[in-house]
Amino acid sequence: MITVENIHKSFGDNKVLKGIDATFERGKTSLIIGQSGSGKTVFLKSLLGLFQPELGSISFDGSISKEMSDGQKRQLRQDMGMVFQGSALFDSLSVEENIMFPIKMFANQTRSEMLDRVNAVLKRVNLENVNSKLPAELSGGMQKRVAIARAIVMNPKYLFCDEPNSGLDPKTAIVIDNLIQEITKEYQITTVINSHDMNSVMEIGEKILFLKDGLKAWEGSNKEIFKTDNESVVDFVYSSNLFKKVRQVYLDETN
Amino acid sequence: MNYLEHVGKYFLMLKQVFKRPQKRSVFGAALFREIEDLGLKSIGIVAFISFFVGGVVSIQTALNVESPLIPKWLIGFATKRSMILEFAPTFASIILAGKVGSFITSSIGTMRVTEQVDALEVMGVNSLNYLVLPKIIAALLFYPLLVFLAIFLGIFGGWVAGVLTDLFHSLDYITGIQMDFDPFLIKYAFIKSVVFAFVIATIPSYHGYYVKGGALEVGRASTQAVVWTSVVIILLNYFLTQLLLG
Repeated sequence: MITVENIHKSFGDNKVLKGIDATFERGKTSLIIGQSGSGKTVFLKSLLGLFQPELGSISFDGSISKEMSDGQKRQLRQDMGMVFQGSALFDSLSVEENIMFPIKMFANQTRSEMLDRVNAVLKRVNLENVNSKLPAELSGGMQKRVAIARAIVMNPKYLFCDEPNSGLDPKTAIVIDNLIQEITKEYQITTVINSHDMNSVMEIGEKILFLKDGLKAWEGSNKEIFKTDNESVVDFVYSSNLFKKVRQVYLDETN
Repeated sequence: MNYLEHVGKYFLMLKQVFKRPQKRSVFGAALFREIEDLGLKSIGIVAFISFFVGGVVSIQTALNVESPLIPKWLIGFATKRSMILEFAPTFASIILAGKVGSFITSSIGTMRVTEQVDALEVMGVNSLNYLVLPKIIAALLFYPLLVFLAIFLGIFGGWVAGVLTDLFHSLDYITGIQMDFDPFLIKYAFIKSVVFAFVIATIPSYHGYYVKGGALEVGRASTQAVVWTSVVIILLNYFLTQLLLG
């Protein structure tokens, strides 16, 4: 479980996060949504430890990150997996080497043990016979799967995804969403996803955090988001006519 | 950001770079990759340029010493001295600053803008140590060899040019290159090549690592890296020459 208490982060005079509280539970996919510039990426990077908040605290299963020693922080990093928006696969390494990289770096395993693990996670993300390919030789969807495989290869406790569907066609996007949700349940991971994709919100948003101007403006689930009367959320989530109609149908059916 | 801030940030970067590698086997593999990328792949250009510059130096010297009072062995002697003192250590380094410097900046810069550096950090890898230290060690190990290759090929190129153009006799040239050999000059060339290798590996790494933006900024950073590496090499060349030979 990840607990965030009153975090603030500024860049010069620009206050990006102005005091956010949140809890992300184990085995659940939590989504952070909000307009561009609302502070989603800074919030996610603060969870990852890439930014240090000036105020507030972030704790991982009860351990407050800013009170950890360097060794504990290194261990925490190894418990994290991250899927970046552009996949961030190492260009010069093959798919196999990309996935093997964290094991090579942090575990003492023989080559055959590492290969077994790589093949197991590749199978889990429904990719086979791509071991020797370079990232540039794969489609966007395949790159995302390799990124997920790399993120879960060390059996992380926490999985973070930044816009995992960006640049993907709707069908592949759903496949990636479902894959992340299945992995979250199967390995009981605490998953936090930064997303702009309203399909993801409806499909896998067990918990949704809506950020606006560096503050948490709304919190709920994908069921509750249909019924909310929070104007900012309604404006953002139901900005398209299609989603307005979907919401109306849902409300008509439930009333 | 002013120049002093850049200098401070550069030294803070070096502090992170010079840490014990997290995994020796991973570091070893990265080191061999860098020796290939930065060293072996530079042999061709260094050999080609050194050979022809040696030839040009010997032809120009021959054409400028037509007086019967000046001995012909001076051509070989002048070519040897030019190659050891200046061309091989300094100008070969400037050529490498262009070729290798732009490669280092663009490869690290691309990793930065495509979040590959963030991916390393999230995994718990000291990205500066992992990306930059193998480049420094590879350059320090390989560039002195490249400089000595440049010295040899430059002198050889001078001999070939003279023999082909009939501007001087082979024996005069060989007498010249054997004359007044000072081992300290080799040491001087070696010291310069080691210092310049460090500059060629670190300044472009700095420009690549701290780039912000996209492809355009990576291109700009590569240009800046080559310019600053060349400027620092020229300045250090002056100070080292004053210090070691002055």
